[in-house]
Formats: sequence, C-alpha cells, structure tokens
Amino acid sequence: MRADSRSFSATVAPCLAAVCLALAVVACGSSTSEPGPPAPAAAPTENPVDPATAVTITGTVRFEGTQPKPDPIVMESDPYCADRNRNAMTSRVVVGTGGGLQNVFVHVKAGLGTLRFPVPATPVVLDQRNCAYVPRVFGIQVGQPLEILNSDSTLHNIHAMPEANREFNRGQSMQGQKDTHIFSAAEVMVPFKCDVHRWMNAWVGILEHPFYAVTAADGTFELKGLPPGTYTIEAWHETLGRQTETVTIGARQIGTLSFRFGAS
Amino acid sequence: MAGRTGRAIHLFAVLVAASTALLIFAGGMVTSTGSGLSVPDWPNTYGWFMFTFPLEKMVGGIWYEHSHRLIASTVGFFILVLAGLLWRFEPRAWVRRLGYIALAAVVTQGLLGGITVLWYLPEPISIAHASLAQLVFCLASSIALFTSAGWRRGYLRDGLEVNDRILQKVALTTTAIIYLQIIVGATMRHTDAGLAIPDFPWAFGRLIPPHWDAKIAIHFAHRVGALVVSMMILATTAHVFYHHRRRAELVRPSLLLLLLLAAQVTLGALTVLTGRQHVINSLHVITGGSVLVTALMLTLRAHRARFAAGPDAGGAFVPVTRPGSLGNRPGSTGRAGARA
Repeated sequence: MRADSRSFSATVAPCLAAVCLALAVVACGSSTSEPGPPAPAAAPTENPVDPATAVTITGTVRFEGTQPKPDPIVMESDPYCADRNRNAMTSRVVVGTGGGLQNVFVHVKAGLGTLRFPVPATPVVLDQRNCAYVPRVFGIQVGQPLEILNSDSTLHNIHAMPEANREFNRGQSMQGQKDTHIFSAAEVMVPFKCDVHRWMNAWVGILEHPFYAVTAADGTFELKGLPPGTYTIEAWHETLGRQTETVTIGARQIGTLSFRFGAS
Repeated sequence: MAGRTGRAIHLFAVLVAASTALLIFAGGMVTSTGSGLSVPDWPNTYGWFMFTFPLEKMVGGIWYEHSHRLIASTVGFFILVLAGLLWRFEPRAWVRRLGYIALAAVVTQGLLGGITVLWYLPEPISIAHASLAQLVFCLASSIALFTSAGWRRGYLRDGLEVNDRILQKVALTTTAIIYLQIIVGATMRHTDAGLAIPDFPWAFGRLIPPHWDAKIAIHFAHRVGALVVSMMILATTAHVFYHHRRRAELVRPSLLLLLLLAAQVTLGALTVLTGRQHVINSLHVITGGSVLVTALMLTLRAHRARFAAGPDAGGAFVPVTRPGSLGNRPGSTGRAGARA
C-alpha cells in the first residue's frame, strides 16, 4: 500500500497542480477579460454644422413583392414568455400601410468628410420587455452609453456579436437590472441575441455621427441637421440586405430619397 | 481484489460509463439548441453557486446548459470516486493509472467547458471539448471492461484465447478512424457546417458538390469519413464472423457495432433532412460515441491475450512473442496467459 501511495502521489499530484494552475489562469482571465466600457475618443462639444444652412433628407423605404409569411414562435421553454406572447409570430419583415417597410436602419455612409460631432451623454436604452428586444433595430454613436435593461421577471442574457468592437455576453437575472456598455468603434450593424430565448434578436448601428434613423411603421425616415453636400445614404434591413443611394443637397434644402426592397 | 469488491467496482465503472454517455448527449443538446452561451458566467450560474441555482429559473437555453453542467459535475465526482476506488482496491498498477488518467481527463474537460463559455465558444476550444468528451467515455468504458469478470478471467475457449494479429490491427485501425471521424464531426458542429450541404444522400443534387467553401469541405469530409468508417466496420466485423464466429466476446460487440452503424448513418441522414432537429442531432452525437466505444471494446478484447493473465499479475502489457506460433496467424489462437 505504501508503494501504491507513492504511485498515487507521483501520478496525481502533478495533475492536481496543473489543474489548480489552470483554474487560477481561468479565474484571473474571467475577471480581467470582462469588457469594461472603453474610453470614448475625444469629441467636440459643439456641433460643427451651421444651423442656418443645415439640410434634411427624408424618404421612404418600401417593400415590393409578396411579403414573407411570419413563422410562429414557440416560447413554451419559458412559461413567463409563453404567457405574455400567445400566438407570437416572427417580425423579420414588417410591412405597413402603402408597402412601407419598418425597422430599416438608414444612415449617412459617406460624405461627411472630416467633420466630427459631439457624443450625447444620454444613454440609448435597449429594453428586454415581454421576452423581446425593444427596440429591435436602433442606432447609437461611438462613445455614447448603451443602457441594457431587463424589464422582465425572467432571466435574459444579452450577447453582442460585433466584429470591430469587443464581443460581450452578460446575464441579467433580476427584473429592473441594468448594464451599461459603450462601443469604441463604428460598425453597421452589430447583432444582439439572447441565448436563453432564441427568438430574441436585435441590431444596433454604431456610427461616428448622429445622422441615422430607423424607418417607422409606414416606412418613412428623416435625417436632420446635415451640412449641405453630397452624401451616400445606406439602408440596411436584417433579412433583405443593404442598398445605397447618393444625394446632393444645397443649403436649407430638403432632399428626398426612396428605397425599394424586394423579397430575396 | 476480493470478488465482491471487484464486482462492485466494475458495476460502478459501468455506471460511470453510462453517465458519461448521458453527459455527451446533454452536451449535444446544448450545441444543437444553440444554448452554449445561455449562462454567461462560469463556474457560477447567473451569480449563483452552481448547485444552488433555483430550478424554476432553468428556462429556455439555461435548462440545457445548466443541466449539462450539473451532469458534468456528477460525472466528475463519479470519476473521482472511481479513481479513488481503483487506487485503494485495484492490484493492477496500469488499471490504477487509467483511473488517474480518466480523472485528469474529466477535470481538463471541465476546464475546457468553462473556457469555451468565458471565451464565447472559440471553435478550437469547443472542438477540443467535444473530442475529449469521447475520450473520457472511452476511458470510463475501458475501466469498466478491465474490471469485468470476463476480462480478468480471460476469454477462454478450450483453454485458448484469441490472439489474431490481423484482427488486432484492423480493429485498432477502425477505432482510430472512427475517432478521427468524430473529430471531423465535432469540427462540423462547431463551425456551423452541419447544413452546409442541405440534401442527402446527394450533395446539391450531385455526387460531388458543384461548388466549395470551407464549410462544404468540412461537411463533405464528414460524409466521406462515414463511408470509410462503414467500410472499416464491415471489414472488421466480417473478419470476426468469418474467423471467430464461436467467440462470443468478439461476435457480440461486432453485432452491436453493425446495429449502431446502421443507427448512426440513419441519424446522420435525418439530422440533415430535419434541418438539425436537436434531439436527432444529439442522438447522432452519442451514437457516434457508442460506435467508438464498441469498436474500442472489440479492439481491447482482440488484444486480451497480450495483457497479463491473472488479476493480480504485474499488470503491464506482456506481448506474446512466439514467432511461428498459432497466435501469429489470422483466425488462430494463442494459449491463454502466454507471456514472454
């Protein structure tokens, strides 16, 4: 038995030491790798656009063709969600009156040159309400706080999967729980998902400027306060892709754009 | 090792192997339902100590992920106990060492599981986690075999034990190829290539995919691998049925291997045709593991004559080195317990 003990010690002790070391590395990694809000780049405090010459771009995004049928969402895996969403359906392509396409992210993709804009201190709120993200599509500026709120009395995890920014995955187990995140780089679009509730998806467009909008129920949008110039405007939809249009606008004019998406 | 104690340890080892199979199925469910990150923290669960996490909060993807963690903890504890039992009661040093290796493997497996959550499912870690799981299953099953009465007694027929070199090589090669196929399968799962080729048995309506990318290549490699594995299993079992049809210790795992192969190919096809239905997909994972373990059991039994004979013998591999003896010819037998 003594020989056995020596054999056991010689075999197991190095394994246990290796395991302890690995645990220490993992533990340290979990505490240091938690993505804290990166410091926003220095931004001007004043808007560089002269209000006297500022222009507005308005427009409509329409859907043409046969609207895809929404699929039923089975939420039985969480009774809380199922109780609040009887007969829930997917909302990927939402078409309103006159064919207007909702939840399209429209933004200035190019044309602002070297202009830099103030970063709002007011947070954008992404709510988890009745087991859905509200809003589903939204925009935010680099350096602007994103407040993630859990209004549900069930658990959610908020999992962002960016490419230019840092991925993060946080759990929110309590109703009313809030977390704040600040993105450090422009990126259109960053998907969010809840791995607890697979039907929960949201997208954020992160920009260096404030010229973005999400289409309303009738498909309309408005980009206000731009300096006169020539702009490339991009419209993004979660399943229908991206389109761009170019528009030139003189001082105090209103430009009008129209995007048309069809079933892919 | 006393008879009753030995039998108790063997039964416990069987329990450990079965619970490992359940763990692999649960892990398959986590991946198949996309629940791997539904619990963002590790080793805690939403800040709770793992074992105090409220049951009513196990909703959605958390149910799969947290269940997997609880089963994994149980299996880890079982293997710790098994290693302790072997250390205390097992006279064969190499079997004791196998227990320590199983313990180290399951701890490493747990760490890989934690790391893959904390690092957002990096593909190499997730693939390693899936591949090591099958090795833990192999280790637990091997210990169950080595502690069984049949193995300790030796598979004797007319005082002889099979020592067929060709069978040994073919079975070993088959087992190795099955494991390679499992690694390719794990790569396919964790690179989201499971539906890269959406039809079956054709590939985009053809025998060979008309266009290629990394995912299609991985998926197609898994299909070709399935063909190779099937041929190897057929060759191995045909050899057993032809040369050793009276050897129950070889015929039974061979029959099981054929049954599992048929089930596995069917489940693989259904996985594609149902768009990766999560239960079917997970059954495909654990059936693959069962094919591997069954092939390993057949391989080990084919090698039984090369192990020390008695239960309390030195325990090291003792090759039969008798050139020209019956044991060197396919389908022949060597004397039980023959030692160099």
